[in-house]
Amino acid sequence: MNLIGKNITYKPDNQFHLNDVSFDFKKGNLYTILGRTLSGKTTFLKTIAGLLNPDAGELFFEDKDFSKIPVWERNVAMVYQQFINYPHLNVYENIIFPLKQRKLSEEQIKMDVEDALKTVGLVGFENRKIQELSGGQQQRVALARSLAKKAKILLLDEPLVNLDYKLREQLREEFKRIFSAGLSQDTILIYSTTDPQEVMELNGEVIVLHEGKVLQKGDAKEIFENPKNLRVAEISNDPPMNILTGIKSSDKLTFENISINLPAYLKDLKSQNYYFGIRASEIKLDKEGEEFEIELAEISGSETLLHLKKGNSKVIALIEEVMNFKIHEKVKVKFNENKFYVFNNNEELVSSPYGVNNG
Amino acid sequence: MHKLYTFLKYTFITLWTVFIVAPFLWAISTSFKDFQSVNSKVTYIPWLDFEPTLEGWRVLVKSPARGGVDIVEPYFNSIFVTCTASLISIILGTLAAYALSRFTFKAGFVRNNDITFFFISQRIMPPIVLSIPFFIFLSTIGLLDSLLGLVVVYIVLLMPIAVWIMVDFFNRVPKELDETALIDGCNPYQAFYKVVLPNSIPGLIVAGMFCIIFGWIDFFFAFILTFTEVQLLPVKVVALNSSITPWWSLSASALISVAPLIIVAFVVERYLSKGNLSGALK
Repeated sequence: MNLIGKNITYKPDNQFHLNDVSFDFKKGNLYTILGRTLSGKTTFLKTIAGLLNPDAGELFFEDKDFSKIPVWERNVAMVYQQFINYPHLNVYENIIFPLKQRKLSEEQIKMDVEDALKTVGLVGFENRKIQELSGGQQQRVALARSLAKKAKILLLDEPLVNLDYKLREQLREEFKRIFSAGLSQDTILIYSTTDPQEVMELNGEVIVLHEGKVLQKGDAKEIFENPKNLRVAEISNDPPMNILTGIKSSDKLTFENISINLPAYLKDLKSQNYYFGIRASEIKLDKEGEEFEIELAEISGSETLLHLKKGNSKVIALIEEVMNFKIHEKVKVKFNENKFYVFNNNEELVSSPYGVNNG
Repeated sequence: MHKLYTFLKYTFITLWTVFIVAPFLWAISTSFKDFQSVNSKVTYIPWLDFEPTLEGWRVLVKSPARGGVDIVEPYFNSIFVTCTASLISIILGTLAAYALSRFTFKAGFVRNNDITFFFISQRIMPPIVLSIPFFIFLSTIGLLDSLLGLVVVYIVLLMPIAVWIMVDFFNRVPKELDETALIDGCNPYQAFYKVVLPNSIPGLIVAGMFCIIFGWIDFFFAFILTFTEVQLLPVKVVALNSSITPWWSLSASALISVAPLIIVAFVVERYLSKGNLSGALK
């Protein structure tokens, strides 16, 4: 009864868009696909929708070979990152379009549309033209259309990426509510995004995709606490996790010209060279700390991102308040020594502050 | 500086308008004159300068036997040929353009762009190059000097225009729109006529307008490919001779042959100014 993909590969012009991707999605669950731009997220969703035919691999849904069923008979719904609606129809006509296509009864259609409009908060907008709506409202119409359809597979392809910051925060909150309220146990929801924060907030099963390959699967907490390798650590953090090369010796960690007392949880680690990862939020301004030079200071929302440099070591620190810094100013920062992720020379995780879970 | 610019701009527009409109006014005025008003002295304004009559217009519908020129039949011939050829060109051209815009064709070294170029290349050579092949072709299939033959020839001439305009138009309609239609339960044909086509009406109107204009004003092929059975309006009007047909009738026939184009232009212009053409898609 699940949606199962086996070794799906898609490589037009000999470039891998999807490389040997396998999955097993269960009904009633939320799956997020995390990956950077061009990592194959859209290809992944389009393959499930049936818009693309994979070059190799199999796709099964409810024990039927999905690849033999054309798109229009698959009963999937998809929301694109561009706000795609039917420009020649008004809001109401847009939402009933897929329902009419399925030849549902008038009363059924009316009820479904009212529900969907209520869920996305567009009651009263039925007769508006699509072009008269703001970007956020257009995306809500697209979402309402896919919800009203009550499809068994709901695909959302970076639905928030083209919205402005404020609206994104707001819709993200609403998505959580909509997904918990508006979905039946019969639906598989697949949500793709570049934003690790969305992944954490939606709190579903995560698939980390990079260059068409699945790097890691697991729930959001697992990805956060146990990124399998350097790549995942970078992709699943925004700003990307700071990676420093350094040496672990019996009593300290030494990076190029910084040394830090060995935290207790790293005692048993073999002494050698490692990659050390630390999140931007674990680097704090501290008068006792190491001196760094500011290369760039960005303010985003209520936070300040500091791009710091010392010798050849570059790190990004996230300060949770708005502060003004001058470029080339010297600041002292301290690394939280209890929050180091350690990766071996094969870039695989060997130690995490939360303990390595190899299961 | 700004004032001078505005002044020059409006002066130029005024002069240009006079240059364009004056012949029409002259023709309109002349078409209501009789022998007296044309030949005696210079006159312009009806009722003031001369007494208007409908004599010039009546001649157009009279049969030659009764001293008329009878452009009614060529007129309807022209309407029939232009409209039929335009309609078929738009239908076939739109389908071809949609396929060229959405699907990738591979046949040997031939790709989509090559096929598009093949269509457009029909219009590259001067029409006279096509005249002999067309003549031989029509005489072989026995359609020389017939309305059907002209329709066939005009489709060859008009379809490239439709393909050209519609390919460009469809390329600007996001592919995601078709995909959404497919996901929402349309098969590819339904996606085309339920979603893509209603959003392409502006393109269809522009393509249709071009087809009608090019079809209506064609003289060359209408002249070469018809003899006695069938006559199209441009050929008929050109054949009118000022030594036999009076000036007032010539003016009337000229006016009535440009009338459809003026009507088309007005309709399209009103549609354009409503803003329905652009901005249908973001």
